[in-house]
Amino acid sequence: MADLTTDFLGIKSPNPFWLASAPPTDKEYNVRRAFEAGWGGVVWKTLGAEGPPVVNVNGPRYGAIYGADRRLLGLNNIELITDRPLETNLEEIARVKADYPDRAMIVSIMVPCEEEAWKAILPRVAETGADGIELNFGCPHGMSERGMGSAVGQVPEYIEMVTRWCKQYYDKPVIVKLTPNITDVRKPATAAKNGGADAVSLINTINSITSVNLDTMSPEPSIDGKGSHGGYCGPAVKPIAMSMVSEIARNPDTHGLPISGIGGITTWRDAAEFISLGCGNVQVCTAAMTYGFKIVQEMCSGLSQWMDEKGYTSVEEVVGRAVPNVTDWQYLNLNYIAKAHINQDDCIKCGRCYAACEDTSHQAIAMSDDRTFSVIDEECVACNLCVDVCPVEDCITMVEMEPGQIDPRTGKVVEKEYANWTTHPNNPGAVAAE
Amino acid sequence: MSSPMTPGITAGRLPADTLAENFEDLHAPYAPHEAAVAADRCYFCYDAPCVTACPTDIDIPLFIRQISTGTPEAAAKTIFDQNILGGMCARVCPTEDLCEQACVRELAEGKPVEIGRLQRHATDTLMARQNHPYERAPATGKKVAIVGAGPAGLACAHRLAMYGHDVTIYDAEEKAGGLNEFGIAAYKTTDNFAAREVDWLLGIGGITIKTGMRLGDNLSLDDLTGCFPAVFLSIGLGGVNALRSEGEDKDGVRDAVEFIAALRQASDLASIPVGRDVVVIGGGMTAVDAAVQSKLLGAQNVTIAYRRGREAMSASEFEQDLAASKGVRLMFNVQPKAIHGDSTVNEIELEYTSDDGDGLKGTGETIRLPASQVFKAIGQALETESNLKLEGRKIAVTGAGRTSRDGVWAGGDCASGGDDLTVTAVAEGRDAAEDIHAALSA
Repeated sequence: MADLTTDFLGIKSPNPFWLASAPPTDKEYNVRRAFEAGWGGVVWKTLGAEGPPVVNVNGPRYGAIYGADRRLLGLNNIELITDRPLETNLEEIARVKADYPDRAMIVSIMVPCEEEAWKAILPRVAETGADGIELNFGCPHGMSERGMGSAVGQVPEYIEMVTRWCKQYYDKPVIVKLTPNITDVRKPATAAKNGGADAVSLINTINSITSVNLDTMSPEPSIDGKGSHGGYCGPAVKPIAMSMVSEIARNPDTHGLPISGIGGITTWRDAAEFISLGCGNVQVCTAAMTYGFKIVQEMCSGLSQWMDEKGYTSVEEVVGRAVPNVTDWQYLNLNYIAKAHINQDDCIKCGRCYAACEDTSHQAIAMSDDRTFSVIDEECVACNLCVDVCPVEDCITMVEMEPGQIDPRTGKVVEKEYANWTTHPNNPGAVAAE
Repeated sequence: MSSPMTPGITAGRLPADTLAENFEDLHAPYAPHEAAVAADRCYFCYDAPCVTACPTDIDIPLFIRQISTGTPEAAAKTIFDQNILGGMCARVCPTEDLCEQACVRELAEGKPVEIGRLQRHATDTLMARQNHPYERAPATGKKVAIVGAGPAGLACAHRLAMYGHDVTIYDAEEKAGGLNEFGIAAYKTTDNFAAREVDWLLGIGGITIKTGMRLGDNLSLDDLTGCFPAVFLSIGLGGVNALRSEGEDKDGVRDAVEFIAALRQASDLASIPVGRDVVVIGGGMTAVDAAVQSKLLGAQNVTIAYRRGREAMSASEFEQDLAASKGVRLMFNVQPKAIHGDSTVNEIELEYTSDDGDGLKGTGETIRLPASQVFKAIGQALETESNLKLEGRKIAVTGAGRTSRDGVWAGGDCASGGDDLTVTAVAEGRDAAEDIHAALSA
């Protein structure tokens, strides 16, 4: 078994799987269950300032998007930060941390953008013995209307300012949680780094309306006939999150800044992908909310098995391995030529590849009277749509052509040398290859 | 009170509640959740093999997608557009040999999408919600006669009525429905479904049914062609083939179709007599329906004796498994040699058969089984005074059911071609209607 122990900002945890700041980490009861189930750490549900706590709606808080078999693909929520008194949360955090010293305990915080507010709460949090804090600059609903959450995360100057206060008044690691509801995630990440953040975590949830009730004409979740945009999460947001993570990982200004990856992580494989894109650990919420805490067992066993198979002995070795391969479109090798290939033994003859290619792509799949589907190499541009719509995994694959072969589509010889758009003759701005 | 052990042929072998349980729906209707889960499995194939396999060409991927998006009523319209008896076909089609056999998930996983049950979900939903989903075109004043109110005749009548023609259906029985009403196992069409479906179908209007009218008896084809510019014959196969075995005339030897019909029409299942030791001769659906229902009525031992091997049996594998699961014994490569007993059968003598390439032959070796009742289910035959050209033992048809005589069409079991299935009868009736409509409109 590969060792899954991780050291993130000096915070050790038995595995890289933390529960994100969210409903599952709102109370001692839940967090104890999570630790018993095997989670490596938790980010406690966001605390607000001292005083009367926020209130939540008293109707539905969640909306959903489903895949086949009513599998939850996307979830959104309009829940606010913790609605329990600050003191209660702090006492519980201290108790749980004392009982589980080997697990990571991070406290998420969201107080107004005033130095006094941060100065007031940080010592209280420090007293709990928690391992670090996460600044919630991400929640896109409710709190943002009050100038907090994503309202801060959308202004890099505020991020830098608040981060600086936190570094000033708190001596353990400070993680800045970023909102995806921005144009260029590199800006807030850079601001966090400039403010002295030890790490960033992303993504928080995305502005969303999951559905409209066509009887009442109210967005869901509906509160007395009205709806408000909620924060979207779950498997559906993973591609967006991974792209943002990769941008921070490969940006020279933020490269090397530790990242805690969040966004639709459901299986060990999702986690491994985030880690390969530069995350030192990952945070999970929707998968736990869908299936319960037990899923961490599969995450640990799967990641460990894969690491053994690949010969990795620590999570650290995997961090960022895919980052060098994330590039700009203009640097992709235009001399790389592939063709789709359909394995007839695996084909179940559903014809979805044919419908997709014939109706919406390049008319590069032939269908015979006996429903044998085959690729027409003369037409195939290797777009991958057939692979993506095929219900049988690996039935259709992309096969790379060898240099020296002639591409039947273009009639040209496949070149061995790498060549990209920057030097392509069709590019008006092309520079001569040296 | 009788029991399965009671000798001879007797009614009431099982208590009423056991009988009621035994004759419940073979496949219970889906609850909405089950339908959603089942519908999710459809891949929405291109030019789907299930559609190709359906004799009525129902657009199956479309109707399943309509179910999965919460519009089972639209799904039902998709079905009824092609097959107005889609409700009955959902219950009785041998889907394991048709659409579900062709389903790509059968190839992929050995578990097809349950198309038949989904079809029932859709059709039941629509039939429960509104009287009739189609409107009749303005009356054309053209009249068509249909002989036989079974699946072919009803499908033909509905399509013609939709076009505004006036249809008169003549049927020999006192009740419309044909084999749907008289010839299908009770557990496949519970709650009087066949009769309810006929009533629903007639909701289109423009169709008159005259019962008790039998061709060659109180009805003649010449008279009909004299009065109607178009006649559609869907008279089924009224005769039953004989065993041609010694002792066939003894008491206790009976046609399986007659037994099945009596059972379907019975108001009280406990009133239907059945033997203690039942032997059914045959290898088709009728044989299975008779055997299984004998067992469900409380017969102690039921055997299906079929002269060829299992692979030649026309009853589907599903039907064979159903019979076996109900405790029916399946014997292969045996043919009736003699029926023994005084005036009443008490034993049947079967001869083993083999086929070495030049036809089935008895081997001379025999086996005797106790038999208090023997059902003949070795096929039905055309029974008519027809002066129409025949092909084999059926009315020869070309194209969409055209017979050798102008103005006369035929379809269903009485006509050549087809598989003697409800669904093929529906397709033939529908297609003949289109052809008749074209002829009348010319």
